[in-house]
Amino acid sequence: MLRTIAICAMLGAATSHAQDRALATDQLRSGIEFSGADVRAMQADDLANPGFLWVDRGETLWRADAPGGSCASCHGDAKSSMRGVAARYPLFDAGHKTVIDLDERINDCRQGRQHEQALPRESEDLLALSAYVAHQSRGLPTSVRIDGPAQPAFDRGRTLYLQRHGQMNLSCAQCHEQNWGKRLYAETISQGHGSGFPAYRLEWQKLGSLQRRIRACFFGIRAEAPQPGAQELTDLELYLAWRAQGLPIEAPGVRR
Amino acid sequence: MADARISLPQDIRRGEPFEVRISIRHAMETGYRTDETGKPVPRNVVNRLLCRYGGEDVFVVRMTSGIAANPYFRFFVTARESGSLDFEWVDDAGNRGQAQAQVKVA
Repeated sequence: MLRTIAICAMLGAATSHAQDRALATDQLRSGIEFSGADVRAMQADDLANPGFLWVDRGETLWRADAPGGSCASCHGDAKSSMRGVAARYPLFDAGHKTVIDLDERINDCRQGRQHEQALPRESEDLLALSAYVAHQSRGLPTSVRIDGPAQPAFDRGRTLYLQRHGQMNLSCAQCHEQNWGKRLYAETISQGHGSGFPAYRLEWQKLGSLQRRIRACFFGIRAEAPQPGAQELTDLELYLAWRAQGLPIEAPGVRR
Repeated sequence: MADARISLPQDIRRGEPFEVRISIRHAMETGYRTDETGKPVPRNVVNRLLCRYGGEDVFVVRMTSGIAANPYFRFFVTARESGSLDFEWVDDAGNRGQAQAQVKVA
């Protein structure tokens, strides 16, 4: 009898904690920890870290004049106004009626407030602005909201994360949850956190967004990748951010 | 885009060498790549970087396609007088860039 009650209690606990993470906060390891000493040294040194070339450019763009005013004319000094902002993205936006990422928010501001053209995804200027804004949250823990209106996007993101994709028939979880720390040819499989993004990836020889990195994973498992800016990618970004909840933002990170 | 970051030590003493570091934002196209349509992307690398200290050449590099994107250099210069450290570079397409840092000799 007692055993039955205990099992029922466990089941109850399991359902009420259906959103427990596979990796506890103290188990979280940033992508940089899976890199070699040379890459770690590059990220740790703000001059050797090439990502700062984009951060610097972003600072210039932050103050650049636009028909509706510069970023700085509304937001002032990014060092205080943008502190912690990137850690909360992807975030539900009432105008879009769904979750949007930081790049989308920047383009919203450009079009709605600054009366400028939206910047294409992965364009130098959008990367520079998002790197500059994200950098203001460096060291702060990832803290996204998945409840309330963000829940549908979170659920879609989780489905994508757990679903098998492509010719290799692999899900994100099979590598980044079940086999992290093991080798895949010369690479060590990371836990798949996006806390270093936008990051300078040595393979790309430039800064790139988390969406680009996720698309590279789709390519790796021979699956059809969603287009840059697709809602699926934002949903996935939200799920990843929740998995990494508590992990400090490193932007601009350096990755292999 | 001609962006660069320069770093100098806080404490520079007359007669002693000090460390200069510079990184330049440049794609350093090797000329071996093709674009999405299969057309070769022409080589475009920063082929020459020059550093002047108080008007005198102290560091010159000639680069080819073997240097990675966003080249980073670290070298030492002996401190003489306070003055400016002037960098100039040019790529294969003829784009020029320049950057400057002030040296304060104690």
